Amino acid sequence: MSQTYKKMLVDPLVDNNPITLQVLGVCSALAVTSSLNVAVVMTLAVTVVTAFSSMFISILRNHIPGSIRIIVQMVIIASLVIVVDQVLKAYAFEISKTLSVFVGLIITNCIVMGRAEAFAMQNPPLASFVDGIGNGLGYGLILLLVGFVRELFGSGSLFGITILETVNNGGWYVPNGLLLLPPSAFFVIGLLIWAFRTWKPEQVEEREFKIQSVEEH
Amino acid sequence: MSEQVSKQGPIARFLAQPPDSVSKTIFVAVSLCLVASMIVSATAVALRPIQEANKLRDKQVNILQVAGLYEPGIDITETFMKSFEPQVLELATGEFTDKFDASTFDDKAASDDPELSTVLVDDPASIGTQSRFVTVYLLRDAAGKVDKVILPIYGYGLWSTLYGFIAVEENGNDIFGLQFYSHGETPGLGAEVDNPRWKALWRDKKLTDEAGALQITVARTAPTAGADFHIDGLSGSTLTTAGVHNLVRFWMGEAGFAPFLKKLKAGEF
Repeated sequence: MSQTYKKMLVDPLVDNNPITLQVLGVCSALAVTSSLNVAVVMTLAVTVVTAFSSMFISILRNHIPGSIRIIVQMVIIASLVIVVDQVLKAYAFEISKTLSVFVGLIITNCIVMGRAEAFAMQNPPLASFVDGIGNGLGYGLILLLVGFVRELFGSGSLFGITILETVNNGGWYVPNGLLLLPPSAFFVIGLLIWAFRTWKPEQVEEREFKIQSVEEH
Repeated sequence: MSEQVSKQGPIARFLAQPPDSVSKTIFVAVSLCLVASMIVSATAVALRPIQEANKLRDKQVNILQVAGLYEPGIDITETFMKSFEPQVLELATGEFTDKFDASTFDDKAASDDPELSTVLVDDPASIGTQSRFVTVYLLRDAAGKVDKVILPIYGYGLWSTLYGFIAVEENGNDIFGLQFYSHGETPGLGAEVDNPRWKALWRDKKLTDEAGALQITVARTAPTAGADFHIDGLSGSTLTTAGVHNLVRFWMGEAGFAPFLKKLKAGEF
């Protein structure tokens, strides 16, 4: 049993990563990766919400009517997100100012809904909780990788500590402004997916169709 | 399921119903909403005092910073209370009013209140309505004379409204500092309004010339009225710079603090 829990925790990091394999939750990954501090807080917030929402949904799974199950899941997820948002505003005010609306948008993060619907509805509470933590961390791993690239080359710092002294502050490094804008995360995530699938070729999806070549007559 | 049925209490029998039965669907929906709303409102109510304290503290830190009094590790509330005298100012007359309690007056709420605000026709800062009353903070020296005044300013940049403070010396003309505490400008470009090196450019600039005409400009072009009245724009953020230019000129102009600054210059406070 402990082996399967470990698998649930580790699998979503690389082998079944919600961002690079399932390509879920990309929207918020674009928004919150311009600095590592923000990425870490967002990771924690998503992990907490995914873990607890999966657990509560799993506890109720035998009583959730199929006709309103998505609404029930949304109510649980939304309540947890509001609680997390309120706690951040109270105890991490500076960071909640930078995260602004993105904490609220965890509600729409496909990873949370995806785990609730795909896993928690069929599995016991503890397993769902561990699965939620695993997926939150898998999401966080990508966030940190993307955040590392974007903060280092976009503002010349890591966790707000200057590594490359920028020209604006009298140094030598000319920061790449594009990396601070959300679209740059598309490139970084795209490259990451490429790297992951080169490393683990079994993650490459099968082609849905093959381009036909015109026969020569 | 089987153990619930074996107990046969009324609750167990209800829970043992298939989830899709009408009564259970309604029961689950109603009870879940009740529980969720109770948890959400309990959290919101319980944490509100801490959140309000955070907001207040954030504002006080910003006022201390713009006045050059902030050092890491000081007692924010104590230093703030000791240093500053909040006053509610009537913009049109440039006089303090005691119609409101300065420590609780809410500028943002006032600018939305039709009783207390005017709809702007000439609106370079794109703020829509402007409160006729604003809270200003006086910094007095040991002898009780006004040393600096901290004035709230805000206006639209490229993406967002920039909220900040400007600190003006007792002569009502020299800028001591400027700081924005809330904005959503582009990181790395417009958000460089927070860069200490850029903010340092504001020190000792002058608002008006000898004749009292407003001359301050923020732009990437060469100064029109001399370097004393000009702050170099941020490179790469022409529109944020234009927004700062407009909002500073608006608030320092006749529709803003000009009547008050004239009185301050004349030494009325």
